[in-house]
Amino acid sequence: MKGVVTSISGATVCVDLRGLQLYDRVYVGHARLSGEVVHLEKQRTTVQVFEDTHGLSVGEPAEGTRAPLTVALGPGLLGGIYDGLQRSLPGLQEQSGAFIRTTRPLPSIDLEKRWEFIPSKRVGDAIVKGEVYGSVREGHLAHPLYATLTGELVKVAAGDVCLAEPLLTLKGGEQQYGWQDWPVRRPRSGGQKRPAERPLITGQRCIDFLFPLLKGGVAIIPGGFGTGKTVLEQTIAKFADTDVVVYVGCGERGNEMAGLLSEFRELQDADGRPLLERTIIVANTSNMPVAARESSIFTAVTMAEYYRDMGYDVLFLADSLSRWAEALREISSSLEEIPGEEGYPTYLGSRLASFIERAGVVETASGKSGSLSMILAVSPPGADFSEPVTQACLRSAGAFYLLDTSLAHSRHFPAINWTQSYSLFAERGSAFFRQQVAESWPQLQRRCREILQQEEALREVVEVVGMEGLQDRDRLLMHAAERVRRDFLCQNSFSADAYATPQQTLERISAIVERYDQALQQLDAGTLLSEILKGQDDAAG
Amino acid sequence: MRLAEHCYRSISSIRGPLVFVEKVFAARIGETVTLRAPDGTLLEGEVLKIDGQEVLVQVFGETSGLDLEKTSVTFHDAVKRAPLSRDCLGRIFNGAFEPLDGLPMFIPQRWEAVSGAPINPVAREYPREMIETGFSAIDGLNTLIKGQKLPIFSCAGLPAQQLVARILAQARLSGEGEFIVVFVALGLSYHEFSFFEQTLQQMPSRFVAFFNLAGEPVVERLLAPRLGLTVAEDLAFNHQMDVLVIVSDMTNYCDALREISTSREELPGRRGYPGYMYSDLASLYERAGRLRDRPGSVTMLPVLTMPEDDITHPIPDLTGYITEGQIVLSREMQQKGLFPPIDVLPCLSRLMQHGIGEGQTRGDHRQLANLLYQRYAKGRELRKLAAVVGEEGLLEEDQQILAFADRFEQRFVHQGEERRDIYASLDLGIELLKEFGMELS
Ligand SMILES: Nc1ncnc2c1ncn2[C@@H]1O[C@H](COP(=O)(O)OP(=O)(O)OP(=O)(O)O)[C@@H](O)[C@H]1O
Ligand SMILES: [Mg+2]
Repeated sequence: MKGVVTSISGATVCVDLRGLQLYDRVYVGHARLSGEVVHLEKQRTTVQVFEDTHGLSVGEPAEGTRAPLTVALGPGLLGGIYDGLQRSLPGLQEQSGAFIRTTRPLPSIDLEKRWEFIPSKRVGDAIVKGEVYGSVREGHLAHPLYATLTGELVKVAAGDVCLAEPLLTLKGGEQQYGWQDWPVRRPRSGGQKRPAERPLITGQRCIDFLFPLLKGGVAIIPGGFGTGKTVLEQTIAKFADTDVVVYVGCGERGNEMAGLLSEFRELQDADGRPLLERTIIVANTSNMPVAARESSIFTAVTMAEYYRDMGYDVLFLADSLSRWAEALREISSSLEEIPGEEGYPTYLGSRLASFIERAGVVETASGKSGSLSMILAVSPPGADFSEPVTQACLRSAGAFYLLDTSLAHSRHFPAINWTQSYSLFAERGSAFFRQQVAESWPQLQRRCREILQQEEALREVVEVVGMEGLQDRDRLLMHAAERVRRDFLCQNSFSADAYATPQQTLERISAIVERYDQALQQLDAGTLLSEILKGQDDAAG
Repeated sequence: MRLAEHCYRSISSIRGPLVFVEKVFAARIGETVTLRAPDGTLLEGEVLKIDGQEVLVQVFGETSGLDLEKTSVTFHDAVKRAPLSRDCLGRIFNGAFEPLDGLPMFIPQRWEAVSGAPINPVAREYPREMIETGFSAIDGLNTLIKGQKLPIFSCAGLPAQQLVARILAQARLSGEGEFIVVFVALGLSYHEFSFFEQTLQQMPSRFVAFFNLAGEPVVERLLAPRLGLTVAEDLAFNHQMDVLVIVSDMTNYCDALREISTSREELPGRRGYPGYMYSDLASLYERAGRLRDRPGSVTMLPVLTMPEDDITHPIPDLTGYITEGQIVLSREMQQKGLFPPIDVLPCLSRLMQHGIGEGQTRGDHRQLANLLYQRYAKGRELRKLAAVVGEEGLLEEDQQILAFADRFEQRFVHQGEERRDIYASLDLGIELLKEFGMELS
């Protein structure tokens, strides 16, 4: 379908094409910039363009495709680095150098790459859409291939194949390829949803011990600038015990992505493979086009769902969801829609909720259980958590890790505020750890919380009378609380302490609590406070 | 394709810096235009929006002499570009790239679009080498790294300009390479202008400067930083130089952005600033960086004034969300007579971690910085407490820390006219700690 551009304002372009549907992909201009339909009226069709429109003129051609924005799904996504439209960034670099300029179309998956294909069907067999017909080995994973067609097989490939060739031929001539396109805005429903049960071990003591996350659950990390959202997300991306990690840099910094890349290339997982091989990175930095930023989280979550549907545990991390919401706001206001709170469109909440709904545990047709967990950073303006994006996320998320500016200023990292954060998964999580790690887990958790709460109360007293004015017992408690904060909750991501197993977490907290109990006993037995404290410090090293 | 210039005399309305032109054939977004006023004055502009044959043009320069009948508008069929050459070194220009130093314009070797193109994240090299500013509070505790964007947050009335002038004159690479400063001044008073002009005159010609004065067109305030960055990218990536871009004052930039947005009748966001201010600022700040397998770097040091001293105001807030840390000046430190009046507690250099230590600055740098920061932070907390309960209410060891905090401000942060290299800064830190019996382990 062909037409012309009739008006342009920034990345919002009107074309005279008729009969398109919302979200259909449109190419505009001689340079064939890609965009999608965001608004339909009798007289005109409005397109949001994913690329820089500088130099575009009215009267240039426009072409509608009658198909929405899709991503390619198939073997070879792992280790990939994409922009918000799933264009390979290394591929773009080859094409246009260090700076991103308008480009020719670029395949998202390497169709020439060779794979060892092991079919599970033979000529004469029948396949049904959704059924597994074979697999390839992708890095550390067996990558099952699902049929998108139904029929009887007349030809089956085996062994050395590439994705450009069909793997199966059906009676009647239809051909089954090893990859497929999927519309990014449509959730993949790969089976029956199940409740989340197993914890996702992040390696962060504060999270695993106090506010655990379950596989299939959603956590949000709101915090002002410099409070440690990115460092926390990247640290978890390194150590989380999932099969696949999808990391989206959504409207954030280029240097951060460069740091992540160089680290993930070098670092190895437990089996000695580069971390990058289990990771998919989507990077649409703040200076890249806004519409592609909006689509980036959908592009990424669709790839995440793809691996979840094979029965794998997938962790999706986005930094930052606020930048996505702002992109939505920019697009909405360029369409002159009626704004809601803080200028965000009124559909912000429902859009977010349906996005977050894409997380969860599913049971696949073959009886495996796959999960998609999300950890989403949120950047509230002025670190004011009452703003619409934080609030909208809160309604759907199961865990809330609030990063505190004053903790960050005192270099307490991760700056998770222990009084305001929470996890709705806490009970399930601690039941699991109690079973798997130690009977004492829940009880120690309670002690830890108590110590922190009592300290909070005592702090108010100290502000009036000073430390000198406290009773000995209270001084001991303050001392223990400091240990909990400094030696347990703090965890420097740039040291060997960046990751702790649940076992190590337990040992550390129980040592602190034990020492505190001993100190209380010594005090009751009449030992001088100064001596006890000295002994404690020596013991702690 | 037009591939030709078109001239029109069909302006339908003029609103501040915005001009609507009718019956235009095939204008392009971002295309440059020239307006000729009835008195012959020439103004430049850029196409912002096209609706059929109606075109919205944003004018760089003073629009008060324009009229509807006689003013002509020429469309050039090209986007706004900056002239580039090594010969721009040592020169001073205004916000429209016209020489202010009385010398003739240089002959451009090439032209580049001022809006720049985003660096592909996979083409970036992670920044790891320091730039020495000569100030202990920055070099020692919040090290500036080549390829970083590190803003200075100031308050009205604090000597930010003096600090900038000092950094202009005394910043240095710690390694090898050709070092250049691109200085972009936005909305300067005449007084400030002559102050900076003097500073530059005393420098060897390792600079390029763009000055936009307070009385000059608002739109040029949006253009000047882009000119500066386009020049910086050229010097860095085509001429292998390490370029430090200082932009002062970004608050004037943001106010210009707001003014234009209001005259376009766009929906205002927080405090009247447009909703796209984050993306707009990012399109400047993100141009800092380094490229893999290529020498040269662009480092940015934007300076801004926090309205009402409020760090949560959209200007510092959005800046902080994009940049890699911040240097914060405070009234309290100014009142104590410190120069630079840096409050190190809210300061941060996020790229410091990988740019210091053995082989880069010195083996003890990281540990020293951590210890100084930690002790000082504790001292500041105790200072608050002491204000309520009195110093007597503090434990003896806490009184020590309190004294350390005072000394740290007076000796380490304060340095007046002195320039300290990184080793002097580190040695001073160690000396201070020793004085209070706190040692590096
Ligand atoms: N877990 C940690 N261990 C050690 N240092 C940390 C940790 N978390 C944060 N930091 C320090 O804080 C700085 C800021 O952290 P980070 O970049 O993650 O903030 P952010 O919340 O993502 O900010 P923004 O919203 O501006 O992106 C880091 O550069 C680092 O110096
Ligand atoms: Mg961040």
